[in-house]
Amino acid sequence: MAVASNTGLRALFGAALGLLASTSIAANAAEQITFVSQGGAYQKAQTVAILDPSAKKLGITINQDSIPDAWPVIKSQVASGKPIWDVVDVPTGYCLRGGEQGLIEKLDFSKIPNAAAMPEAYRNAYSVAYEFYSSVLAYSQKKYPDGAAPNSWADFWDVKKFPGRRALRNHPIATLEAALMADGVAPDKLYPLDVDRAFKKLEEIKPNITVWWTSGAQSAQLLNDGEVDMVMAWNGRVSALTKEGAKVAYTYNQGILQSTSLCILKGAPNLATAVKFLNEAVDPVHQANLPLHIDYGPANPKAFDTGVVKPERVAQLPSAPDNAKKQALMSYAWWASPEGEAAEKRWVSFVQK
Amino acid sequence: MLALASPALLVILLLIVLPVGWLAWQSIYHDGFTLENYRRIFSEAIYWRSFSLTFQISLLVTVLALLLGYPIAYAASVVPKGWSVLILALVILPFWTSVLVRAYAWLALLQRTGVVNQFLQYLGIIDEPLALVHNTFGTVVATVHILLPFMVLPLYATMQKIPHDLMQAGASLGGSPSHNFWRIFLPLSLPGVLAGTTLVFVLCLGFYITPELLGGGRTVMVSLLVSRNVELYDQWGAASAVGVVLLVSVLVIFLIVGRFIPLDRILGQK
Repeated sequence: MAVASNTGLRALFGAALGLLASTSIAANAAEQITFVSQGGAYQKAQTVAILDPSAKKLGITINQDSIPDAWPVIKSQVASGKPIWDVVDVPTGYCLRGGEQGLIEKLDFSKIPNAAAMPEAYRNAYSVAYEFYSSVLAYSQKKYPDGAAPNSWADFWDVKKFPGRRALRNHPIATLEAALMADGVAPDKLYPLDVDRAFKKLEEIKPNITVWWTSGAQSAQLLNDGEVDMVMAWNGRVSALTKEGAKVAYTYNQGILQSTSLCILKGAPNLATAVKFLNEAVDPVHQANLPLHIDYGPANPKAFDTGVVKPERVAQLPSAPDNAKKQALMSYAWWASPEGEAAEKRWVSFVQK
Repeated sequence: MLALASPALLVILLLIVLPVGWLAWQSIYHDGFTLENYRRIFSEAIYWRSFSLTFQISLLVTVLALLLGYPIAYAASVVPKGWSVLILALVILPFWTSVLVRAYAWLALLQRTGVVNQFLQYLGIIDEPLALVHNTFGTVVATVHILLPFMVLPLYATMQKIPHDLMQAGASLGGSPSHNFWRIFLPLSLPGVLAGTTLVFVLCLGFYITPELLGGGRTVMVSLLVSRNVELYDQWGAASAVGVVLLVSVLVIFLIVGRFIPLDRILGQK
């Protein structure tokens, strides 16, 4: 995969950049950064929990932008030589891939002391984890009452013991992990993924998959409408259904713990301030604020020692130590490797047949 | 003449020819001249399967839209004015509703707990809900519904121009109604049939929303491959090559069809 070096795109972005730059210069002389996340309720929650308090503490201005898929824009901004964004909150894989392609700054962790408390696996040379969510096994409680509920991917694959209709995500990430766990691989022994074995196991369940879902909203709708009885879905989507009173539940057992991370664009206009912000964003208290506003877990485990999150709330969060140890931690490094990319390309030919 | 057409030509040049040309250029030029994007399309089985599925679905949708649309257009062209306005309004009304909304409406109708399945179960016709959606069936049903106006409107435009006197003349010479229809009305309506089927077929080839929402993830039409290639290869070329191959194969089909059916004579009929 080559770095975007497209002249047409560059020209387009150059023009857009000029426009944006002329409007934002007036902001103020004080330190500022431009922070980009995915918008919606998630970005609002961060603003209250993390962004506003960080800006106040550091005395800086945080300009916000949002985009569902930042990756193509990161590529073209860096290719233009004059990026306007500083910090992006993206799926961790993009930070890694971007780092390898020279689109993302290498981090100096001596300047990010708050990250020291985070497990090694939560950070890498280019990024630091920002929040956690999980791909979990969710099910209808009408179909599977307490005591007869599926509790592992092996149960999901067991159509005799748990008859019913199923849905999986139309994407290999987390799905291959689930298939391997169903085949008996331990959650901490998944990587490097045995791709052939995973696809073989998936072929087994394929006739029983009613829908390969593409959006989080769709996964929730399928479960809520009774279109399927069992689904791999993101924990936040299922808990939103529960709050509306739907008879559905999920288990963190063998969930696949996934994260978005913060990383800084190569040649970011406010590099030094951006690094300061990164440190503040993973501050235990700011991190502990996040789950008060949305169903995502903090990335800094020290957040659980602050007392900000009540014990009953802790029990619901994907990254809470007790929940995290039941799950598999996604290796974004593997997915960013040539083997991971090859597995991703293999997916369509699998669902299509 | 040319002067009058020039604003339209300019718009077409700026908004269609240039962007499409730029995308096509991307497919063969990325850090140098390359045919990699095309090599991939012609060597990996997924492309062949998607192209073949897309053409099959488009053909099926076109035939179904013609079978459903022809009687509607015929009715609208022979009934008194007031009724034809009502019929056309009913055809056009859904046309003003977003495709997305209509796709979701079909989901609500066709899914397991949807209206159709519940009704059939209530009547005792079926015991278990039928799999009406999240497959090719659901995709085809919704696509036919969405594309129907594109069939009915050209058909109606042609049919209302067919003089009723001709049918009466046929009748006065002893032709039965069905004879008059097959020998007089149908041949004269062929330009409309051709325009409608072409429009529906071509639009269907590029359909994205219905296979995405109602295809259950396994109805991988060409448009879905285009969006997947943008994600997988991080460059426009990998995606636009798929579009170029689709465009070229449609042109080739029309060239071949044109050899057997005198397209210009039918369409040029006044």
